[in-house]
Amino acid sequence: MARERSASELALEVEAVSHSFGSRKALDGVSLQVGEGSFTALLGLNGAGKTTLFSLITRLYNSRSGSIRVMGHDVRQEPRAALAALGVVFQARTLDLELSLRQNLLYHAALHGIGPRQARRRACALLERVGLEGRETERVRVLSGGQMRRLEIARALLHQPRLLLLDEPTVGLDVGARHDLLAEVRRLVAEEGLGVLWATHLIDEIGPGDQVVVLHEGRVLASGSREAVAAQAGSEDLLGAFRKIVGLPQAPLTEATA
Amino acid sequence: MSGLAQQGQVAAKGIPAAGVSGYLVCLTGIVWREGLRFLHQRGRFLSALVRPLVWLFIFAAGFRAALGVSIIPPYQTYILYEVYIMPGLVAMIQLFNGLQSSLSMVYDREVGAMRILLVSPYPRWFLLLSKLVAGIAVSLIQVGAFLVIAYFWGIRPPALGYLAVLPALVLSGLMLGALGLLLSSVFRQLENFASVMNFVIFPMFFASSALYPLWRVRESSVLLYDICRFNPFTHAVELIRYALYLQVNWTSLAVVVGTAAVFMTLAVVAYDPAKGLLARRGGPAGGKPQVPGREA
Repeated sequence: MARERSASELALEVEAVSHSFGSRKALDGVSLQVGEGSFTALLGLNGAGKTTLFSLITRLYNSRSGSIRVMGHDVRQEPRAALAALGVVFQARTLDLELSLRQNLLYHAALHGIGPRQARRRACALLERVGLEGRETERVRVLSGGQMRRLEIARALLHQPRLLLLDEPTVGLDVGARHDLLAEVRRLVAEEGLGVLWATHLIDEIGPGDQVVVLHEGRVLASGSREAVAAQAGSEDLLGAFRKIVGLPQAPLTEATA
Repeated sequence: MSGLAQQGQVAAKGIPAAGVSGYLVCLTGIVWREGLRFLHQRGRFLSALVRPLVWLFIFAAGFRAALGVSIIPPYQTYILYEVYIMPGLVAMIQLFNGLQSSLSMVYDREVGAMRILLVSPYPRWFLLLSKLVAGIAVSLIQVGAFLVIAYFWGIRPPALGYLAVLPALVLSGLMLGALGLLLSSVFRQLENFASVMNFVIFPMFFASSALYPLWRVRESSVLLYDICRFNPFTHAVELIRYALYLQVNWTSLAVVVGTAAVFMTLAVVAYDPAKGLLARRGGPAGGKPQVPGREA
């Protein structure tokens, strides 16, 4: 399944995107890029505009200005191709609790035009990949929070996207489940060359070598590798840099660091 | 899979089956899920069935003596009151089902399942139409069960009427489902929607020919008579009533088809990413409510 790719290939390109709800400006000239095989963290406090940006990338609604391309396909001009190359894990759980794991996956596959036979085969392989093999016929309701998230990742991968978006996927998970989830997604980046945009307000989810985009009040205030962002702000670590960049007091920990 | 780096080829691989088969898979999947959910919600089926039966067994029995129904088309003889209200109750099942499935869409949207639907690469109008078809399929099961019970209660339209009513039910289901769809795009909150149920369902049902023939309404109020005549629900009821007795009410057919087209168009516009209400309102919250002014 190895894919040829070069560093110049971009899974996601967001260019000068602005959006307002009424008079409230939610995003203001946001630009960012996610390369294939890159883990990019979209770091921001609650209300920074992360969810709005995700809504625009997934074409829930169109941006007022700017452009968004997924694997080179403009979301507005070629929505079919863009959405087909895109997998999403939303912040809210979006599984049918009463249906089985397999039924949830087959439904999603159908939404992407994948027939039941092929869907079953892929579902089987993906469930194994996320450690839920043998549980196809169980109801989703019996899964733990971490397992539901892993199932949602399996679902997002069913149609073999090249870009995976995750909107604060670790919310409500315990430390162990958070760690497992993060490890799983990093494996996808390393092994499958997926581009990942991981929205979070948790600094400790960002590892060495990750790309970081700091979003604050609808604007990108810093971006680059974790080390570069820290260096730009003149801080030893990302936490200090983040506090400086968004103007939080340096001392006691707030929820941004939890 | 190597050598796919070229963009055109990636696109060709990534886009789902473009032909009819892909659309069919998608439609089937949406109907199938709605069916599964319906099977899991036995309470919903039961209440969908009990509601019209209460009207039929109790209300109609009580009013049988009070309300005389003269011979009006499509009936050729004097009929009992419960025979008269049966088509109205069938339409009521569809009205509740149409608004309930959109209620579930408001709920879906809050829990995010609607977003999973909307990130499908198929055109949005097609996804919404599929959702409607799924709702109609469920309403047909409910209506079928009701008709069987009504049969044993002694309400027996001509045998072919059961066949003839199917297209009428599809059209009325489309109209009422599209109305629900439109409402679901306008109202974000469940509480709002609950009151819409009251403001929409009850006026629509009572100001129609479902419970009383319109000539009777005119005797008491001409204004109410006019309201009933312009109520699309009246025409859904009459379309079903005539079809059950193997006739076509052309006026009602035209009104139902026209209204369905208008509601559907408005719903598609409301869900349109470029023009729709979602962009202005912040859309289905992805878990986090968009509180205006919060980012200020």
